[in-house]
Order: sequence, then C-alpha cells, then structure tokens
Amino acid sequence: MNSASWLSVHNSEAAPLDALPVLSQVEFRQEVLSEIDAGARLAAFFGVPQPDETCRLILVLADDRSGSLALTSIEAHESYPALTPDCPQAHWFEREIAEQWNIRPEGHPWLKPIRFQAASRPGQTIWPETNTADILPSVTTFFQVRGAEVHEVAVGPVHAGVIEPGHFRFQCHGEHVFHLEIALGYQHRGIENALVGGPHKRTIHYMETLAGDTSVGHATAYCQAIEALADSQVSARAQALRGIALELERLANHTGDLGALAGDVGYLPTASYCGRLRGDFLNMTALLCGSRFGRGFLRPGGVGFEVESERVAQLLTRLDSTINHVAGAVNLLWETPSIRARFDDIGALTKETCRDLGLVGPAARACGLARDVRHSLPSGIFRDVQLPVSTCETGDVFARAYVRWLEIRRSAAFVSKQLKELPAGPSRSDVGPLLPRHVVAALTEGWRGEICHVALTDEQGRFFAYKVVDPSFHNWMGLAMALRNQQISDFPLCNKSFNLSYCGHDL
Amino acid sequence: MFKILKTRLQQGYRTSAYPAQAPVLPDRFRGRPVLDASKCVEECRACVEACPTDAIARTATGPRLDLGRCLFCTDCTQACPEEAIRFTQDHRLAVRARQDLVMDGDTLRLARALDDSARRLFGRSLNLRQVSAGGCNACEADVNVLNTVVFDLGRFGVQFVASPRHADGLLITGPVTRNMQFALRKTYDAVPAPKIVLAVGACAISGGPFIDHPEVHNGADSVVPVDLYIPGCPPHPFTILDGLLRLLGRIHDQQSSSS
Ligand code: SF4
Ligand code: SF4
Repeated sequence: MNSASWLSVHNSEAAPLDALPVLSQVEFRQEVLSEIDAGARLAAFFGVPQPDETCRLILVLADDRSGSLALTSIEAHESYPALTPDCPQAHWFEREIAEQWNIRPEGHPWLKPIRFQAASRPGQTIWPETNTADILPSVTTFFQVRGAEVHEVAVGPVHAGVIEPGHFRFQCHGEHVFHLEIALGYQHRGIENALVGGPHKRTIHYMETLAGDTSVGHATAYCQAIEALADSQVSARAQALRGIALELERLANHTGDLGALAGDVGYLPTASYCGRLRGDFLNMTALLCGSRFGRGFLRPGGVGFEVESERVAQLLTRLDSTINHVAGAVNLLWETPSIRARFDDIGALTKETCRDLGLVGPAARACGLARDVRHSLPSGIFRDVQLPVSTCETGDVFARAYVRWLEIRRSAAFVSKQLKELPAGPSRSDVGPLLPRHVVAALTEGWRGEICHVALTDEQGRFFAYKVVDPSFHNWMGLAMALRNQQISDFPLCNKSFNLSYCGHDL
Repeated sequence: MFKILKTRLQQGYRTSAYPAQAPVLPDRFRGRPVLDASKCVEECRACVEACPTDAIARTATGPRLDLGRCLFCTDCTQACPEEAIRFTQDHRLAVRARQDLVMDGDTLRLARALDDSARRLFGRSLNLRQVSAGGCNACEADVNVLNTVVFDLGRFGVQFVASPRHADGLLITGPVTRNMQFALRKTYDAVPAPKIVLAVGACAISGGPFIDHPEVHNGADSVVPVDLYIPGCPPHPFTILDGLLRLLGRIHDQQSSSS
C-alpha cells in the first residue's frame, strides 16, 4: 500500500480530515483496484458535498489480513471513471453515488437508480428517461432475457406475507430462472439527510431504527463513531454489556431464521419452536432495557441501563434453558433427510462470486470466506475476547443455515461467559463535544454481517456527512446471483437463507 | 419420529391465556404514561426540549403528550427534574380516534368495539392484509409474532392473508414513504368494502421517528381512513393483540385505570 495515497486507521479510530488524501481520478482507480486485487474489500464508497457544490467521493477499504482500514478520496464534479467494470463490488455503491449526487461513473455497465430518491445536489439529472422531480420506484429499464417461451414474473412491492416491500423480476423459462432483478427503495425515508447537522436529539433514535431488527448493531457502530470523535473511553463493563446485547440480537435473529427456513420447506416442528424461541431471546433483551429490540440500551459513553446481579442471574437461567430448547429444535433439521434434500445445492454461490460481489456476514462465511469484523477488525469487547469464525464451504442454503447454527452456539457461550465474568465499575461515562474536522469509520459485526458507519465533522464538530452501510447493501446482489439456474419455487428458501433488510438498504 | 415427539414434550405448552390472564411483562417495559401536572415547575420545558418527536407540549394546565408520536424512549422522564411524567406497565394503548391519543392526565379512552353490523361481519373471522409502508421493520416483526404459538392469533379468528382481495381490511405499519404511497392506495382500493384499517406503531400513526421528513407522508391516515390506532415504537405484541380484541368486542373495559 502506497502510504501517500491512503489514510490508514483502525476500526473506530478518528483522524483529522486533512490527513485524508485526495487522489487524481487515474491514480485513485489504479490504487483501489490494486488493493482489491491484493485482497482488500470495499466497506464504503460515498459522496460528500463540498461548499462549492462540487462533490468529494470517499472510499473505505477493509483489510482483513492486516486488521486495518484505509481511506482515500477524489474530487468529482460531474463524472469519474467507474470502478465497477473491474470491481463488481462497487456496483451498487456507484449507482448510489450517481443517484444521490448526479455524478456519472463513466463506463458503469448497469447504471440506474437504486432507491428512486431525488438527488441531494442540484444540477443536471443523469437519468435521461426520468425527471428527478417525480422519479417513481421501479420505473426503470429492467434486465431482460429474450427468446422463445422466455417470460417474466414480477412480484411486489406488496408481498404475500408480513414483510417489507420490494419488487422482484424473474426472467424465466418455465420454472427455470435465468436471472432475478431486485428493485428496492420503497422503504426510503431519508435518514442520512436527516443526520446532517447532528448529533441532535433524534440521532440515536434514527440509529435504532435504521433497521429495527439490528437496533443494537447499528447503535453499536454509532456509539463507537461518537466515542472516537469525542476521544472518550468506555468502561470494560459497558463494553461487555454491549457485546452481550449484540450477541442476543444475533441469537434471536438466527434462531428466527432457522425457524423460517424450516417453515418454508413445510417442516412445522422446528418452525413453530424456533418462532417462539426467537421471542425468548428478544425477551432477554427486554429484561436488559424494557425493549425487545434493545431500544435504549446503547448510549454514547456506555449503556443506558444498569444491570444488577439479580438480573444477571435471571438472564443466565433463561439463556441456559432457551439454548437447550434451540438445540433440540434445530437438531431436528440436520437429522431429517427430506430437509437436507431441500437445503443442499440450492442457491449455491462460489467463493469467487462471493469475493467479487463483496458479500459479508453469514452469506460470505457460508462460501468459505472467513469474514467477520469481530475477528479481523475487532472493536469493543471483541478486542479482548476472540470469537472463532464460523464457516462452511458449500455456499448453498444448507451452508447459510448451518453457519447460523454454529454461530448460535458460539454466541450463547460468549453471552454466558460474559455474564459470569461481568467486570465491576460504571456502565456509562460522559461524552464531550466532537472533534472538529475529523473523520471516523466504525465497523461492527451485526447478525447480518458487517455494519459500517462513517462520520465526518465540520468546524463546529457537527456531522456534515454521515454514511451508513448496512450489510444488506453488499448482499442483495448475492441473492440475485444465487437464483440463477434455480427453480422459481426455490426463491422463498433462497430469500430466507439470506434474510436481507429492505429498510437497512433503503435508509 | 421418536425424536420429534421427544422434542415436542420438551418444548411444552406455550400459549398465553390472554385476555383471561394479564400478560407478564419485563419490569423495564414502558407502557401507558402518566402525567402529573401538579408536579410541574413553572416555566419548565425540560420534557418538551428533550422529546425527539415533539410529542410533548406544555399547556397552561400542564404537560400534554401525544401517544401517537411517542417513541416510549423516556428521554422526557430522564430530563424531567420532578418526575412529572412516568411510564407504567400498562400495555393497553389502542384507541379508535386519533385525538384520543393526546393525553393530559393519567387516563386514556381505550378503543370501543366496532358497531353491531360491522361486528357481525368481522367479529368471528377477520382477514387482514398487512402493508409495510416504510419504517424500520420492528413493527412488522412484532405483528408477525402474533402468529407464534405464544399469541396464537388464529384462535381469535384473525388471520393474515396474501391478497387484498381476500381481506376484510389492512394492517398498516410504517410512515407511508413517498415510494409506497401509490402501492398502499392501490392495495386499499383492492380490498372489498366494507373494510377496516389498523395503523400500528408510531410511524403509521404520525410518521414516528421520521415525522416531517420530505420522504414520508406522516402516517397512514394521510392516505386512507383509519379505524384503530395502536401506538408504540414498536407496540408490544400484547398491545397489538389487545387492540384487535377490543375492536372485535372481545374485551370491554374502556378506560385504562391509573396505576
Ligand atoms: S418517551 Fe415519548 S414523549 Fe417522552 S421523550 Fe420519548 S418520544 Fe417524547
Ligand atoms: S414505529 Fe418505531 S418500531 Fe415501528 S416501524 Fe416505526 S420506527 Fe420501527
């Protein structure tokens, strides 16, 4: 790595904004591609408006081998040469930059809106077919396959179940799927724009509702960003408690996902037990802070609630019994041949595809990539406690299910150990004002995978840009690829095995 | 087969006895708030300033809290020097009219049942189409939970169906984003009349944390008429169940007691 071209930092370490290099467009492209070639991956890539109405594009690389982050930037007025042709993981990031800032990534092979939102910067719209003022969701050209008997199946945005809105287009021949295109943006509610000028009294509530099922994960990344920018320390006790909440969130969601997968193949025992057991984990989180989703538990400087010893004892008892029940319910899955027949070889992705697309979380680990922020770029409690990374090799529905089960056991063991060894001390400390003109990238491993928040402060120490990358933003394309050459009836199963967030993507 | 039976025995019987028995909620659960104007210090606006969604106003007679905007975050109680606002464990919160959510004491006019003819239609079997129209998905998650064995919504004759054309009404979550307005309208139009609409969660009632963003419509009733409002961010599943059962005339007490 050429150190003049990059600002190298640790996870959640603030740096002066002036230390962030600004490269020429040619240099930028070469540098990024060579680092990606060498094994780094794109954690974030986004636009930041400048006072003179130009835009600066900031790129964050995560390097799992060195355990560090590298940031760099370019100035972009109207266009820059796209990375996507040589780096598919930039695909959605570049569409987002085009949409938000009216900047054209020259040579992008699939340029179109991503959230169907109006640009945040005035100027010439880059969508020739649409007028930015009344851009409508899914009004765009979809990927098409032509040929005798090829047809298209369109579903959504309103789906059959109690789930979030999105629009799916399958190009098929009978049951056979050639490609699935996913159009999102229905949940777009403008959170990133609303964060500018903060932190203010709504900020923490936005963090907890970026993706409701990841309230703890996103709040963790936010708190880390704030604490780094305020140069404040968090007690060991608070770090442990945050880790417990994060892993309880993982336990609840993974358990729910295994139940949902069982339900999709009509295996009702596991489906109904896991549905309830997910609730038992949520209720443990509610024991901590009154909210099943962990609202109010994480606060800059520590945690919002003290956890007394009786509460710890009660949590331990509940955890013990719940995890036993989960084991009973989940093991039925692996022992039932008809389940294995439905999970094996369905929606398989290769390690290469996974790497090209930059997938994260259980979806990546199921392809054999040991990507886990808790391990390679640890923050908080995970700096002291090393969690083994759970991987599988086959990249199919089975692997995505099995990785979850491995993680359930490890998270439960972690929570139990942390509860038993909870350090004494304060659980919250004061956080002072934020450093002016600084930048920080805070990563945390949410249950769906890597969450990345990047905050930039102005002269007054207020946010002038705040970028959120939910793991789903990396992974939706993975689901689209997993569907290739599958049966259309395998969609629900593939979809649940990824279980991606719409709101976390749409923001 | 033996394994399945053994596991079934281990898992036990889990369905709650609601509404015959009160639910057991965690001690830190935040339900219906109670406002005590007599404690308020003159000129104090601490709660008003702390509230992220402008749910509190200070009137001549004391604080007034709009439960439809409330996130139950307790930022106000933490800011209040006099403990004039406190959150009780009472999970019952659903009302029929939007203005009934605006509280200035300790009582709340809980939802009354549908009129007789509507109850004859929907009282024994109610099919709902859920529309997620923005928000964070926690409301959807806690609506979904009603289908687990713990709540077992089916035993009350209430079901979620896949098509609006099979539905008696809509259960709406989310603030109604600009990008979902058209789909919500079309789904509503596809439900045969007479139909009922439930707005679940702060988002669907007022826009919630996203209130007044240019990208959202500040709640379901800006697009379609609403028959039942269930506050919370998200509402607890028992709060949702309670609201549904009140609407269907299965629970009668109409005023929350002060506790
Ligand atoms: S609990 Fe409700 S009223 Fe109080 S600050 Fe939070 S949102 Fe406002
Ligand atoms: S009301 Fe709260 S919990 Fe429900 S969708 Fe809105 S933000 Fe999420």
